[in-house]
Amino acid sequence: MKNLFKIVALTGVVAAAGLQSCKPKDTSNAVSGDAGIKAYVAPGKYDEVYNFVSGGFSGQMSVYGLPSGRLLRVIPVFSVDPEKGWGYSEETKPMLNTSHGMVPWDDLHHVQLSKTNGEYDGKWVFGNANNTPRVARIDLTTFRTQEIIELPNSGGNHSSPFITENTEYVVAGTRFSVPMDDANGDVAIDTYKENFKGTLSFISVGKEDGKMDIAFQIQCPGVNFDLSRAGKGVSNGWFFFSCYNTEQANTLLEVNASQKDKDFVMAVNWKKAEEYIKAGKGRKQAVKYAHNTYSEKTHTATSEIKTEVLVLDSKELKDICYFIPCPKSPHGCDVSPTGEYIVASGKLAAVIPVFSYDKMLKAIAAKSFDGEFEGIPVIKYESALYGEVKKPGLGPLHTEFDADGNAYTSMFVSSEVVKWNIKDLKVIDRQPTYYSIGHLCVVGGDTKKPTGKYLIAYNKITKDRYLPTGPELSQSAQLFDISGEKMKLILDFPTIGEPHYAQAVLASVIKDKSVKMFKIEENAHPYVAKGEKETKVVREGNKVHVYMTAIRSHLTPDNIEGIKMGDEVYFHVTNLEQDWDVPHGFAIKGADNAELLIMPGETQTLKWVPTKVGISPMYCTDFCSALHQEMTGYVRVSPAGSNVPLKFGTGITKPEVAAASK
Amino acid sequence: MKTFKVIASVTIAAIFSSCGGENKPTTATAAQEEPQSMVKDAETYDPKRGEGKFTAELLALSDKLDEAKAKIGEDASNVKCTSCHKMTDEKLVGPGWKDVTKRRTGEWIMNFITNPDPMIDKDPEAQAMLELCLVRMPNQSLTDDEARAILEYMRKIDGLK
Repeated sequence: MKNLFKIVALTGVVAAAGLQSCKPKDTSNAVSGDAGIKAYVAPGKYDEVYNFVSGGFSGQMSVYGLPSGRLLRVIPVFSVDPEKGWGYSEETKPMLNTSHGMVPWDDLHHVQLSKTNGEYDGKWVFGNANNTPRVARIDLTTFRTQEIIELPNSGGNHSSPFITENTEYVVAGTRFSVPMDDANGDVAIDTYKENFKGTLSFISVGKEDGKMDIAFQIQCPGVNFDLSRAGKGVSNGWFFFSCYNTEQANTLLEVNASQKDKDFVMAVNWKKAEEYIKAGKGRKQAVKYAHNTYSEKTHTATSEIKTEVLVLDSKELKDICYFIPCPKSPHGCDVSPTGEYIVASGKLAAVIPVFSYDKMLKAIAAKSFDGEFEGIPVIKYESALYGEVKKPGLGPLHTEFDADGNAYTSMFVSSEVVKWNIKDLKVIDRQPTYYSIGHLCVVGGDTKKPTGKYLIAYNKITKDRYLPTGPELSQSAQLFDISGEKMKLILDFPTIGEPHYAQAVLASVIKDKSVKMFKIEENAHPYVAKGEKETKVVREGNKVHVYMTAIRSHLTPDNIEGIKMGDEVYFHVTNLEQDWDVPHGFAIKGADNAELLIMPGETQTLKWVPTKVGISPMYCTDFCSALHQEMTGYVRVSPAGSNVPLKFGTGITKPEVAAASK
Repeated sequence: MKTFKVIASVTIAAIFSSCGGENKPTTATAAQEEPQSMVKDAETYDPKRGEGKFTAELLALSDKLDEAKAKIGEDASNVKCTSCHKMTDEKLVGPGWKDVTKRRTGEWIMNFITNPDPMIDKDPEAQAMLELCLVRMPNQSLTDDEARAILEYMRKIDGLK
C-alpha cells in the first residue's frame, strides 16, 4: 500500500513534467530530460557549429559555439573596443572613418556568410551598420574586420548585408528614405513625397580578395526598405525587399505607416540592372563616402574618400523593379532553398503569404498589374501568390528553412516559433520562446542546402530567465533541437548587445582555415622592428617614434629618457613571438585612449601625449609568462625645452664576445 | 487500490503519446576531435636526439663551417632568438648560446628549436633549463632551413671554421 502510494506520487511528478514540456503555461523552462546531454560539450571538445551573431546596438559581432552556447569571441566591427585597441590604435583608427569623420559607434543588425553556389564557403562574414550606413567584411581566417564601406544616398542601412548566391553582390537598402546626396536636403520634412527617395546599393565583392566596391545604386520611390534576400536556384538574378510605410508618412509612423491593408515586397531584377549599367544607363552622381581597408601585411588600415556613384532610376527603366502587395507592414522576406518561394511576413497580419517566383514571372509577362506605385508596376496579389499559411500565430517576423522542406517562422507577438511545411503550408509544430522572439536562425537556414539540426531563437525580452542583474539584462537566446518532428528547447544562453539576425555554419567549413599568427618576415609595417637589433627611438620635431619589441617577458627598449612635455610619442610595438595564442599587451600611465593587444608577428601603435613631468610606467597587459609581472618599463618625461638627451635601452649586460657578430 | 494503478498507467501513457518520440535514446551530439596530447610514450624517448623530425643521419653535419649558411642563421636569430639569448655564456631569458653545440647534438638542437613544447614536457635537460629560466621557450615557427642555418651560426659561435 505504502509503496503503491509512492509510485503514484512519483508518476504524478513525471506526468506533470511531461505535460509541461508539451504545453508550458508559465515561465518555467519546459525541457525534456535529455536536453542537458544535447547541449553538453565536454571540456576540451569542440562545438559542432559556429554561430555568428549580430551585436545590435553594441556595434560588434559575436561568435558562439553550438550546441554549448559558449561565447568564443567578440569581433569589434563598427564600435570602438578599448580592450583590443580597435579604433584607438593608430592602425585601426581609419577603419571607423566616414564622410562625417570618425564615428565610434553603430548598430549592427544582420550578418551574412559568404556563399559559393548558394552554400556557405567560409571565407567572410558581412555585417551592416544601421545608423551611419555602412557594410563591413570580416575575414574568417583572422576573425577580424578587414573592410568597411560607407553608403551614399542612404538614411540608415537596414535591409543589408544580404548577398547573392555566389557573393557577387552585397545589398544595402535604405531604411529611411532621404533626399539624394546631390540634391538640396534643406527641405521641409513634410515634403517627403516630393523630395525623399529610397536607394538600393549593390556592392560588388572581389572573388578572391573580397574587396568591396559600390557597383551601382537603384533609385526608388520614398518608402522604408526593411529586409531583403537574394533569389537563389531558379530565382538567382533577382532580389526581394520588404517595404513598409508605402503611406509615405514622415511623422508618427506607428500609426501613419500602418494605414494600408497591404504594403509591398519589391522584386528587383539585378541581372537586368547589370545590363543597364553595361549599356551606360547609369547616372554618374557626385557623392562622398568612405572606403576603409585593413591590410594584414602592413597591419594598418587606410581610408579613402570616394566621390562618385552610378545610379539607375527605377522609374525610367521600367523592367528592373516590381511591387508585389503584401499584407500589413511586411518585415521578413525570405526565400526557400529552391528559390521558388518567397515568404513575406506582415508584422500585423494574420496570415503568412508565400509568393511563387514562377507565378510572379508569368504575371509580369502577362502584365497582370494593379496599376503603378510611383511609376513602378504593382503585380496583382493573387497573380504572384502561391498560398497563405493560415493562423500561424501573431506577429510573424522571420523565416528560415531546414533540409526537409520545412519552414520556421518567428512570431513576435505570440512569442513562439512555428514550423510549417513549404508545400502544403500546414502548421506542423509550435513551441513557445521566452520571450518575444525577433530573429531566428537554422544552421545553413538561408542556403540552398540547409543543414538543419539546430534552431536558435533570439529573444527581445529576458525578464526572469537569468539571475537578476539590476534593471539592465543580457538578451536571451534559446537553442532548439529540430532534428525530430517536434522542436525541443535544449538551452538558454545570454548574448552581447542586442542580437538581431545571426547565421550558423558547421565548424568544419571554417575551423581549419584559422590563422594562428602573423609571420614576422612578412610584416611590412613601416615602423616594424624585426628583432631587438632594430629597436630605436627617433625624434622628428615634437613627434617621437619608439620602435619597440615585445617577447616573453620584456619590452625593448624598456627605459626611455629625453621625452618632453609637448611631445607626441608613438609606441610602435612589434610582438616577436611566433606561436599561437601569445599576444602581448601594452599600456602606459595616463594614456587618454586605450591599450594595445598585439598578436604574434604584428605591429600596433599607441599614441601617447604626456601630461605630467615625471616618470610614467608602462607594462604588458596580457599575462604572458611566469615573469609577466616583470614585463615593464619606465619613460622619463622632462619639461618642455629641457636638455635631457634622448636615451633608451633594455638590460645593460655583459658585452657580447667577439665571435658573435663578425 | 486498483483504481490508483489504472490512473497511474493512464497518466504515463498520456505523457508519452502526447509528446510522441520523446523517449528515444540519445547519444552525445558534440563529439569532435580531441586536441592532440603532447606527451607520448616516455620509454621510447631518446635524450640524445630529442623529439622531432631530425636525426644525425638526416643532418650529416660536416666538420667544416658553411659561412653563407651561418650568416643566414645570424640574420634569422636576430629576428627570432636574440631577444632572449646572448651569444656568450650569460643567461638572459634563456641560456647563453656559447658552447651549446658542445653540450648537445645537432639533431637535439634542431628538434628542440623546431618542436619545443613536446621536448619541454619530457626532455630531462629541457626540464632542468625550465626550472632555471622559468619561461618556456616559445615555438618561433622556424622553417627547417632557418633552423639548420641557426645551428650553423651556433657552430660558428663555438669556433668551427
